[in-house]
Amino acid sequence: MKIDSQEFLSCAVWIRNGEAVPLAEIPQYSPIDFRQNCLYLAHSGSRLAALCSFPGFSRTKEAKTILAVFADDAGSKVGLLFSVLGGNNSYPSLSLDLPQAQNFERELFEEHGIIPEGHPWLKPLRRKMDSYPFFRVEGEGIHEVAVGPVHAGIIEPGHFRFQCYGEMIHYLEIQLGYQHRGAESLFLRSSPERRLVIAESIAGDTAVGHALAYCMGIEALSDCDPPFYAHLVRGAALELERLANHTGDLGALCGDAGYLPGASWFGRIRGEFLNMLMELSGNRFGRSLIRPGGVRFGFSSSQIKDFLIRLEKIEQDLKETADLTFNTPTVYSRFEETGILTNETADTLGMVGPAARASGCDRDVRRDHPFGIFRFVQIPAAFVDSGDVMARALLRWLEIQRSLRFLREQLNGLPETALQVEIRSSRSDYAAVSMVEGWRGEIFHLAVTSSKGEIAGYKIVDPSFHNWFGLAAALRGSQISDFPLCNKSFNFSYAGHDL
Amino acid sequence: MFDLLKTRLHQGYRTSDFPKGEVHLPERFRGKPVLDPSRCQEGCSSCRDICPTQAITLNPLKLDLGACLFCPLCQEKCPDKAIAFTSDYRLAVRSRNDLMVSGEELRLASEMDDKMLRVFGRSLKLRQVCAGGCSGCEAELAAAGNVIFDLSRFGIQFVASPRHADGIVVTGPVTNNMETALRKTYEAVPSPKIVIAVGACAVSGGPFAGAEDSQDGVPKDIPVDLYIPGCPPHPLTILDGLLRLLGRLEEKRDS
Repeated sequence: MKIDSQEFLSCAVWIRNGEAVPLAEIPQYSPIDFRQNCLYLAHSGSRLAALCSFPGFSRTKEAKTILAVFADDAGSKVGLLFSVLGGNNSYPSLSLDLPQAQNFERELFEEHGIIPEGHPWLKPLRRKMDSYPFFRVEGEGIHEVAVGPVHAGIIEPGHFRFQCYGEMIHYLEIQLGYQHRGAESLFLRSSPERRLVIAESIAGDTAVGHALAYCMGIEALSDCDPPFYAHLVRGAALELERLANHTGDLGALCGDAGYLPGASWFGRIRGEFLNMLMELSGNRFGRSLIRPGGVRFGFSSSQIKDFLIRLEKIEQDLKETADLTFNTPTVYSRFEETGILTNETADTLGMVGPAARASGCDRDVRRDHPFGIFRFVQIPAAFVDSGDVMARALLRWLEIQRSLRFLREQLNGLPETALQVEIRSSRSDYAAVSMVEGWRGEIFHLAVTSSKGEIAGYKIVDPSFHNWFGLAAALRGSQISDFPLCNKSFNFSYAGHDL
Repeated sequence: MFDLLKTRLHQGYRTSDFPKGEVHLPERFRGKPVLDPSRCQEGCSSCRDICPTQAITLNPLKLDLGACLFCPLCQEKCPDKAIAFTSDYRLAVRSRNDLMVSGEELRLASEMDDKMLRVFGRSLKLRQVCAGGCSGCEAELAAAGNVIFDLSRFGIQFVASPRHADGIVVTGPVTNNMETALRKTYEAVPSPKIVIAVGACAVSGGPFAGAEDSQDGVPKDIPVDLYIPGCPPHPLTILDGLLRLLGRLEEKRDS
C-alpha cells in the first residue's frame, strides 16, 4: 500500500469522488508555488483531472484564479489547490513539464485571458477557426492532406491536417472546436432542469454518464445520498450505455476493416442494449432516467425477468460474433500493429478510459474512485498492453463481457425500493467534485457554489478532452490509409471536447 | 467459412417489416404528446415553469414539438393530466408551425409535390451535416441504416459528398463555428435539393437554445422541407418522416 508523505498531503485539500469541500479549505498559493505544487503532485503519481478558472471564485473580486484538481488514483482521492493571479493575469506554464496541462492551458488562455507563460503550443482550441496556425512540414515530396470539418460519414465535425511523405504520415494536427456550443456558460444561466438536459447533451452517446456526474455533484453539494436501489439502477444504466457503445464500436471497426458480417451483427446487437435503456427510461440513450436525488424509473419485476433472458441470449450472440471476428485473418491482420499508442505517450498525455487502458495504463474510475453502486460491487478493470487497434478492440470485448456479468448479477433478485430522496438546497461556498467512468473514460464535473448556495462556477471535462492528442500521436509514422480505422478505434467525442 | 455460415444462420434475418405490420414500442417510450387544454385550471402554469426548453405557452395551452425534449417533466408536474406523452412515434411535419401542438392532432408530413417526387421518389441520396449535434441524432440516423431499420431498402442512402446528394440532413444547434461549413455543403448540393432538420437542436436549438456560441438551429434563410423532432428522434420516427416525404406510406395515400 502506498503511504502518502505529509508533504504530498499538504499540497492540496483532499476529498473523495462525490464529496464537497468548503472553498475556504482549498489551499491558495502564489503562481510560482502553485506551479511547484502541481508539478510535485504530478511527479508523485497524481494525474491532472482539471485545470480551470472560475470568475468570482477568488476572495478578491477582480483577480483571476486558476484551480487545479489532481486525481490520486492509488489513494482514491482528489486534491484541489488554487492560485490568485496578479494584474497581468499570467503564471508560469505547466505544459513543458506536465504535458497533461497543455489543452487546459490553451482553454484558460482562450476563455479567460489567462496567460500561461512559456506554453510551447498556445494555439486556438475552439475559436479563430479561419486563422488556425497549422504546423507545416516542408521539403521535397512532402504533401499536405486536409480532411473535414464535414466528413464522409454520419459523424461529428473536426478538421484533420496531415503532413505526408508519400503514404506515410509525418505529422497529423487535429483542429477541433467546430462543435463548440457554449455549454458551460449556458449552464450557469440555466434553471436546474435545463442544466440536467444540457449535461445529457454534452455528448449524446454518454447521456447517462454526464447526467450521473452532474447529479452526483448536486447531491454532494446538498449532502444527500440517493437510496441504494437508485445507485443500482444508475450503475445498470451506465453499463448498458457502455455495452451499447462498445458493441457499436466493434461493429464500426469491422466496417472499416471491410468485414461486413461483424459490422451488421455488432450493429444490430448494439440496438438491443439501446432498446433496454429505452424500456427502462423511455429513451434509447437513457435520457430523463437520472435526476438529482436518485432515478425516475426502476426495473419492474417483469422487466428484470425479461432482461435476464435477453442478456443471456445477447451474450451468446456477441460471443459468436466476437469469436468469428477476432479469428478472421482479414480482420486481425488489419487491426494488429496498426496505430500503436505507447504506454509512455498515453501516460504522459494523461489519457483516460479504454484508450489509455488499451495502452496498458491501469486506470478506471469505477475502481480507483468508486462511486454509487461501485462502492459495493466491483467490476474488474481490464487492460491490454499492445496499444494498437487490436488492443482497443480486444479491450472493448473484455469490458463488454465484464459489464454483462455485472448486469446479470445485479439484476438478479433485488426488490424495488425507493427511487429517490428529496434534494436539499446546496451548501454555500462549497466545491464538489464528481467523476464517473463513462464508456470513453473519466467524466469530470466540478461545481462551485456562491455565498447564496447558487451554482457560481461549473467545469465539465469530457474524457475526450484528455485524449484527442493521443490519436495524433498514434498516427505518426503510420499510413494515411490507416487513419479511418485508427480514428474509429479511439472514437473520441467531438462535442464532448468542444462543449 | 463453415463458422461464418453457421453464425449467419444463427443470427437470422432481422430486418423489421416496417412500414407493414404493427410497431411495438415499450410502455415508457415517450412519443407524440397529447394535450387537453380544457383540463387546465385557471392561473396554473406548472408545466410552462418546469419545461427546460420553454416549449410550452399558455392561454391556450400549446406545446412546441420543435423545442420539446420529450422529458416527462410537464406531464409529471401537471396537476390535471392535461399533457400526456403517448407511444406514437410518428412526429415528422413539413412546416415549423405544424410543430405547435394544442390538442391531439398533429399534421404529419405530406408528400413532396409531383415534380420533386418524379426526381426523388424512388431514390433519395442525402448528405448528413452535424453542426453541433451531440451525436445522439447522428447515432439514430446511422441506426436507421442498420440491418433492423435498413433505410436503403427504400432507396434512401447517406452519401459521402454533397455533390452526390439530393439534399442535406442537419443535426445540432448550428454552432457559429460550423455555420460556414453548413452553408458551403448546402450550396454544393445540386438543385433541386431538400433540407431535413433532425432533432430539437436543429429545429429550435433544443437544450442549447440561447447559447451564445450557437444559432438555435438551421438558419432562417435555408428553407427546411422536413422537420423531424425529438431528442433524439427514434429511428422509426426518422424513417416514417422520410417515407411520408416520399409518399411511400400507404395510409398517407388513402387520406
